[in-house]
Amino acid sequence: MAFAIQFLIDVLSLGGAYALMALGLVIIYGILRLVNFAYGELIMVAGYTMFLTSGSGLPWLLMAVLAVVMAIVFGILTDYVAFRPVRAKSVTAVLITSFAFSNLLQNAALLFISPRPRNVPLPDIFSQTVSIGGAITPVRNLITIAASIVLLAAVAFLMRKTTLGIAMRAAATNFTMARMLGVPANLIISSAFALSGFLAGVVGLLWIGRIGTVVPGVGLEPLLVAFIATVIGGMRSLPGAVVGGFLLALIDTTLNYTLSQDLLKFRDAFTFSLVILILLWRPEGLIKGPASGQRT
Amino acid sequence: MKHSYLTALILIAIIAVIAVGSQIIGIRLYDRIATNLLISLVLVVGLQTFMGNSGLLSFAHIGFMGLGAYTSAVLTIPAQMKGMALPDLYEFMKVVEISPLLAMLAAGVVAALVAAIVAYPLMRLSDAAAVITSFALLVVLYTVMNNWSALTNGPRTLFGLPKTTEMPIAAIVAAVVVLIALAFKESRTGKLLRASREDEVAAAALGANIPHLRWRAFILAAFIAGIGGALWGHFITSFAPKAFYLKETFLIITMLVIGGANTVTGAVAGTVLITVAYEGLRGTEATLNAASSGSGQVIGLTEIVLALAMIAVMIVRPGGLFPNREIGHILTRSRRKKEKTA
Repeated sequence: MAFAIQFLIDVLSLGGAYALMALGLVIIYGILRLVNFAYGELIMVAGYTMFLTSGSGLPWLLMAVLAVVMAIVFGILTDYVAFRPVRAKSVTAVLITSFAFSNLLQNAALLFISPRPRNVPLPDIFSQTVSIGGAITPVRNLITIAASIVLLAAVAFLMRKTTLGIAMRAAATNFTMARMLGVPANLIISSAFALSGFLAGVVGLLWIGRIGTVVPGVGLEPLLVAFIATVIGGMRSLPGAVVGGFLLALIDTTLNYTLSQDLLKFRDAFTFSLVILILLWRPEGLIKGPASGQRT
Repeated sequence: MKHSYLTALILIAIIAVIAVGSQIIGIRLYDRIATNLLISLVLVVGLQTFMGNSGLLSFAHIGFMGLGAYTSAVLTIPAQMKGMALPDLYEFMKVVEISPLLAMLAAGVVAALVAAIVAYPLMRLSDAAAVITSFALLVVLYTVMNNWSALTNGPRTLFGLPKTTEMPIAAIVAAVVVLIALAFKESRTGKLLRASREDEVAAAALGANIPHLRWRAFILAAFIAGIGGALWGHFITSFAPKAFYLKETFLIITMLVIGGANTVTGAVAGTVLITVAYEGLRGTEATLNAASSGSGQVIGLTEIVLALAMIAVMIVRPGGLFPNREIGHILTRSRRKKEKTA
């Protein structure tokens, strides 16, 4: 029983974080059909904001808010630097500019801060543990589960009930038509980047809460996770991203418990091979998105 | 067709000038830079055969270079050194020791075989999904190289490769690879693939089996990457898996994209340009570090400048310096125009 609870909490907390990461990526992809390679760097930005403000004596919550705000700012900046100037040109051009922007941010962190890991301040509650039904769990896993439930519900509400959300979904389904009906293209795209930055900022706090330090390359793993989750779930569907995130967490956690120490080093290779198999079976991903329209 | 021969002639002449020029100057440093350039050229032109013709961005290329480098290493490290360089190597492989040239071919074949197996399902994907999975493939290859200690010595540096890559070999391989890339571009597969790059639906309607065409190009690219990896391994003689990861991927993609991914001329031009810029910037970085000894090292400046250059080129010329015509084609066209006006 204790084991089942432990397993469940592990899957849900990891899956919640993965789902949020994937969601931030799909929101951009759904509208622009473009992958944001600089997405992981938004998480890095949140982490370094925490590090840079750690000496200021602000309460932790305020620093956290500041970190999320910085992630949003950099999200919008990504749009202006890497996407807007080349958006109408080839897909490859945008992939490359966002890849270059990601490299730019990483190397700026290397140059101006340090290549070495930096400590990030965390409230005590992140390092405490509780016992539920005999399973000992770190409180941060429960926080992650709670945060992901709240955020997923909030995003679902935003997308379904508000004007902004409906306009974003309209733009994702048929961009040209949405524009003709008076949806302002640049505003929608910028808000999608802001939302993506917001999700990245929150995930950054939860993710870095697990590790406790931030390095320039910290965004790579979340980026990969988001990539794989979206490919499994279906590149264009928001529910797909969430399903993909939880499925990937299930695969990862199962491998963690079943693989021997020798094989555990190859866990990533196993996970990705499994993903290739899923794609062989369903090249479109598990859940199909809205009918594809023309890109900007 | 005539302009293709002209292109081949000009590109090979450029390679010859680099090779002979660096020998005449006779400075050890320039010799190293020029050899490095020619090896990069092999890799970038290899990537061009896939990326330029299919229009799909591939991140996995450097992973196949790594496979080639390790294959050649395992096959050529002298038997008496293997105990030290690769202590956990399987027994039957401890006695294997073949000539570096043969090993280079084996490196290409191994990379191509691995590519043939893993890429078959991936080639059905288009657009972003294809790019993302190629990124995942790079991570898989890196993870395997980093952890298969028996064959790669794990994350530690592998040493003891015989230094057999000299300037002439690098130049010959680079010239052959340029010829292969040009020939592939004009072959039936290459032409159909380029048609699918321009319009996937129309090409498929004309009967092009797109996944299969892409698969062939991907195998060829991996084969060339494997050869390039072996060439590099025997040049540098000691390396670790992290030599085949994101930083190098960024570098070769920068070279190809700034030059122009659709043409072999672009691949060559980009490689030459970026190598010169990279060495210049690294020199500046080293001078800055020497001047401010101790207090705050300058790291990452080179990459920042290259990233800015890449974004700028994408905004101004999204197709790179040579977006769709090879150099020979441009020359014959401009001559024909002159004749007309005269």
